[in-house]
Amino acid sequence: MSIEHLIAGRAAALKPSGIRRFFDIASEMEGVISLGVGEPDFKTPYAVRQAGIQSLQRGKTAYSANAGLMRLREAIAGYMARRFSLSYDPKSEVIVTVGGSEGIDLCVRAFVNPGDEVLVPEPSFVAYGPMVSLASGVPVPLPTLAEDEFRLTPERLEAAITDKTKLLVLPYPNNPTGAVMRREHLEAVAEVIRRHDLAVLSDEIYAELTYNGRHTSIAEIDGMRERTVIVNGFSKSFAMTGWRLGFLAGPPEAVRQMLKIHQYALMCAPTTAQYAATEALDHCEENIAQMRDEYNLRRRFIVDSFNRLGLDTFEPEGAFYIFPCIKSTGMGSEEFCERLLYSKKVAVVPGSAFGESGEGFVRVSYSYSVNHLTEAVRRIGEFLDELKGGA
Amino acid sequence: MDQILQILSGNARMDAEQIAVMLDMPAEEVKKKISEYERKGIIRGYKPLLDYDKIGTELVEAVIEVKVSPQRDFGFEEIAHTISEFSEVSSVYLMSGGYDLHIRVVGRTFKDIALFVAQRLAVLDGVLSTATHFVLSRYKDWGVVLGEEGIDERRIISI
Repeated sequence: MSIEHLIAGRAAALKPSGIRRFFDIASEMEGVISLGVGEPDFKTPYAVRQAGIQSLQRGKTAYSANAGLMRLREAIAGYMARRFSLSYDPKSEVIVTVGGSEGIDLCVRAFVNPGDEVLVPEPSFVAYGPMVSLASGVPVPLPTLAEDEFRLTPERLEAAITDKTKLLVLPYPNNPTGAVMRREHLEAVAEVIRRHDLAVLSDEIYAELTYNGRHTSIAEIDGMRERTVIVNGFSKSFAMTGWRLGFLAGPPEAVRQMLKIHQYALMCAPTTAQYAATEALDHCEENIAQMRDEYNLRRRFIVDSFNRLGLDTFEPEGAFYIFPCIKSTGMGSEEFCERLLYSKKVAVVPGSAFGESGEGFVRVSYSYSVNHLTEAVRRIGEFLDELKGGA
Repeated sequence: MDQILQILSGNARMDAEQIAVMLDMPAEEVKKKISEYERKGIIRGYKPLLDYDKIGTELVEAVIEVKVSPQRDFGFEEIAHTISEFSEVSSVYLMSGGYDLHIRVVGRTFKDIALFVAQRLAVLDGVLSTATHFVLSRYKDWGVVLGEEGIDERRIISI
């Protein structure tokens, strides 16, 4: 007797991540050179690791306040003010979450009623749609295009809004495209958002990895702070993916609701990670700058390399991905990735995993050493040459 | 330090074109700067970083602490230069603290090094005493962690 008939329809209806099968093949193959990861290749800064260890040695292992250690929330508020000119009250406007992912979930659950539509620009991180579905909302994909450098335009936003639209997800700097929305782009969409009275979930987890000028949050735009929940975290900026620590900041009425959900579902974020993160914000901003500089070198290198290979790659200004177009090969994203994996043992991620509008592209992570990238580029070059030779 | 030098310090085989792309500057300018660094002796050379343990040839390395009496007018200069002339000596540093010169010596056998110390180094005018320490194992050299290749613990693909 299987238990399957007892499973909730909502859970059963969730599609497994689009690249499950591809991922299985790649992970079983020996000697793969991967350009497939979505996390830094740096280690967590030493001082941060040390702070985690020290908190354990001192026995600081109890639950923290639901919203997170006050000391950490104050550091977060200070950081937001310093880096993004945003002012948040650590007592009522900040929650420390279990990674950025929990922040997304909290925000979706706090805003979405059954049937509410949530606009999700794509290609983007894979979690938004499923979280909306779990909250009985309706995710509405909003395709963005290479010719717009994968930015959300006010026209496309306007066209997708219905009387059921409640929330807009704003995933910039973007995984997988590396696109960013600069102030002028944000101002253009903000006008539409205000006019239609939408809430915004601004996923700014890659904010520190912005290369031509500093990151602008939509909450900095007039009239947007009061309708925006910012999701951010330590994973990408401080190379702390495994610590599972993020935070959100938003207007107190929203934070109060999200805090209830957080309190019942999680109680609090891991205390050890919170002590480590406090150290990160207090003393390690220099490490961010060093990592960003290093990513930036690789970014220029890999964009240039792919364009030389004849794969059209627009210059991404954020995150650590490039999103080359592979349409010139005549293959679809998945076919390209599979054949590249089988023939040259190089793993990149099909763009279609990030939404239909990612078809015809692949995501290449440059969160690897230049030597690693050089070897991968060499193999991809061979692969493309052999394709041409065979055609 | 200049970014070109930083990149070359990480990988001396990076060519000027690649460096130019990474730094968003013209390749000609990078080439010019590199030749200038070479001409001025800022870049003293390019060598592979060899992991001797893996080559299989037995090599013995020792660090020798040397106490010397500084000479009138020359201080430590002359004795340091004299020691630098020996081909088996790979580095010579003047130190603060409990001794004066820190020397690294490479030989094929322990005996090679013992003979070097006894017959060539200790007998030099001005050398007061030596203390020889043999290297037993190398874990990190030239900023590179040796031995087992670093394993990337990240999953092959993550979204």
